[in-house]
Amino acid sequence: MNNLGDIGTTEEQIELMDVATNFCRDKSPIDKVRALMEDDLGYDPDVWREIGELGWLAIAIPEAHDGVGLSMAEVVPIAEQMGRNLLSTPFGSTTIAAQALLAGGSGAQQAAWLPKIAAGTAATLALREDHGDWDLGHVASTGKETAGGIALSGKKQLVRWADSAELIIASVEVEGNVRFAMIERSELPDGALRREAIIDETARSYELTLDGVTVAVDALFDGNRARETIEKIELAAGLIHAAEMTGGSQAVIDYTLEYLKTRKQFDKIIGSYQALKHPTVDNYVEYEKARTHLYSAAHSWGEQGRGEVAVRMAAAQAHSSYSRAADRSIQFHGGFGFTHDCDAQLHRRKAIFDGALIGDAAYQRSKLAGLLFD
Amino acid sequence: MAEKPSAAELKEFGDAADAWFKENTVRDPGFMLPLTFMEVSTDQQFDFLRDWQRKVYEAGFLGASWPREYGGGGMHSEYQRVATRAMKKYDAPIMINAIGNGWAGPLILDLGSEEQKQTYIKGMLNAEDIWCQGFSEPEHGSDLGNAQLKAVKEGDEYVLNGSKIWTSLGDRAKYMILLARTDFEAENKYKGLSFFLNPMKIDGISTSRIKKLTGEYGFVQTFFTDARISADCLFGGEGNGWSMAMKTLEYERGAKVKPVGGYFVKELDVMQIVELAKNSMRNGKPLLDDPVMRDKMTQYMIDIQALNLNNTRRRMPQLMQDKPMGLPLMNKLARTELIRELTEFSLGFQGTKAGYYVGDENAVDDGYWHRSYLNSFSATIGGGTSEIQRNIVAEHALGLPKTR
Repeated sequence: MNNLGDIGTTEEQIELMDVATNFCRDKSPIDKVRALMEDDLGYDPDVWREIGELGWLAIAIPEAHDGVGLSMAEVVPIAEQMGRNLLSTPFGSTTIAAQALLAGGSGAQQAAWLPKIAAGTAATLALREDHGDWDLGHVASTGKETAGGIALSGKKQLVRWADSAELIIASVEVEGNVRFAMIERSELPDGALRREAIIDETARSYELTLDGVTVAVDALFDGNRARETIEKIELAAGLIHAAEMTGGSQAVIDYTLEYLKTRKQFDKIIGSYQALKHPTVDNYVEYEKARTHLYSAAHSWGEQGRGEVAVRMAAAQAHSSYSRAADRSIQFHGGFGFTHDCDAQLHRRKAIFDGALIGDAAYQRSKLAGLLFD
Repeated sequence: MAEKPSAAELKEFGDAADAWFKENTVRDPGFMLPLTFMEVSTDQQFDFLRDWQRKVYEAGFLGASWPREYGGGGMHSEYQRVATRAMKKYDAPIMINAIGNGWAGPLILDLGSEEQKQTYIKGMLNAEDIWCQGFSEPEHGSDLGNAQLKAVKEGDEYVLNGSKIWTSLGDRAKYMILLARTDFEAENKYKGLSFFLNPMKIDGISTSRIKKLTGEYGFVQTFFTDARISADCLFGGEGNGWSMAMKTLEYERGAKVKPVGGYFVKELDVMQIVELAKNSMRNGKPLLDDPVMRDKMTQYMIDIQALNLNNTRRRMPQLMQDKPMGLPLMNKLARTELIRELTEFSLGFQGTKAGYYVGDENAVDDGYWHRSYLNSFSATIGGGTSEIQRNIVAEHALGLPKTR
């Protein structure tokens, strides 16, 4: 099979891993995570500003647009550490939106927005709809050409961090084709955004009503590049979320280990019981596989064919290992595991949410099967 | 130590290895070749593999980085890596002297005397001297530290009584690395153990072959009845047997002694399984059109790819910082369990044909898959069962307390 990727790292990746490990740990202690869960905005604006100042939003943006000119490979260690520390910000949604702009935006659209994003402006994507299908080509919202521009109609769901994003890129169907429309949040009518109740309490997401929104014709992405834009979004989102879920797996396994090493029952540290220790090892093995796939996917980023196989393997393995490790963490914490105070549930919920956003492990495998066997 | 070779030097060596294995590799000698050193059954198989190892050694592609003064090639370890890669590329048969080259050799090179190195190393490289391992006992499989084979010192000899099991190649071996109890009063069970480089072809030692679940032979039980060996056979000093035995396990990771090269166990070729799946039918359609089989096969591809890449990641310290012992310690558990699951899965492809076995002309691939599945247990049980491996990972990589 020649479309299987290899593994390797860049110096920049390793440097960023070190910096991100410390930054995310320092800026996102668990009591702060829990306090932000109650907060409307859902993140610390000072931390978000620092992320912009560190240049992390500029990493995968070309130098011509004031970016650093590296690739998504170097974003991976950052997203991994954010997931590990449940450091929620618009970082992921903004990074994926930038990749969408790079894939489908015109020169003028890129020049207008990429430098802003590189400097710390949040952006997001509005892709999901009521049918619940993960297929990004399945779009029911519409755009109709009128005298005043493209009149949009329909509802987009799970638009992450939309209240913070200055730019929202929405998929709509225009004359039978999927197109991407750039919407400035400041132009939205009152009430267009409704905050959704989502399972991941550390994230924020909104339903966007498009009815009544009209964008200029030149706010549409190039119609000839819709297919590659969809592919780029899938891969960028797959990679970012695989990274977050891999980091999350590590965190929830360490959290479980901590409990297994300190909790006593029947006069014994419970971690000495094989009924707890053996499945924990199995979960750990699955996490290490996920991390290996993650760095393979980062290494293979941009390679035709291999890149997609590697990203989907990473996403599938990350989602299954994160889900499983968090599920067992709840169980192994016993009665405490059933309470909201136990952090295991934060991870279990996040794994469900991330799977819902990009397609769960089974969905990733169904896409992979076509790449591997057909 | 030998200097790191330039890219050009390596390429030249690699090309030579490539050409040699291309010309000399015999993949089908007309009889079934063992996939692992643990399943050498017939004289024909034994003679072929022993001869093959000698040829590879004499061509300079085994032990290339072991010291020249004891029979090795004295070259940088990169050369051996390149040679092993060529071996794999041509799907060459296994090296047979696993216990000698993988376990005893590194121990002797690391801690042995000059005389021991002169005596043992060359003969194990050219497979003249076959080695076997005497750790497990019939009553002490997983609980190795509780080994009871008795070694009593009398003058300048030890007298051995007891039995060892799973001593693969024991009936053909010249030497055994032996874990025996020299002190029954020691403060704990480990401290009573000593390690011997034990000669096999002496009075008082007999072997009996064990028929495996596959119907083949390969495993051997060895009996010791008042067998007398020289006290010089003691290795590492009395009471240090456990730490010697544990050291043999460390060398597998190539930390202290350059790996000898080659391989003793053939890796399963996953693409063969994919091919088998593609050529199988279910309900009149290709098997891989069946969504359940498709999903499972995909998951196995993800697993295989992860374990293959883990071997590369193990050499990347930047990606190993958090739990550095994790990947090395989990490898055996993950790999052997995966092979067991995969080979079992492959039986399901065969439909009615899954009922046939080695020896019937209707068997798919001459029964290769059935044999591989049944043999896979040798690796999930031998060398520490998967259950013991989970304890090892839990205690040494994750820091969980011992199970007692």
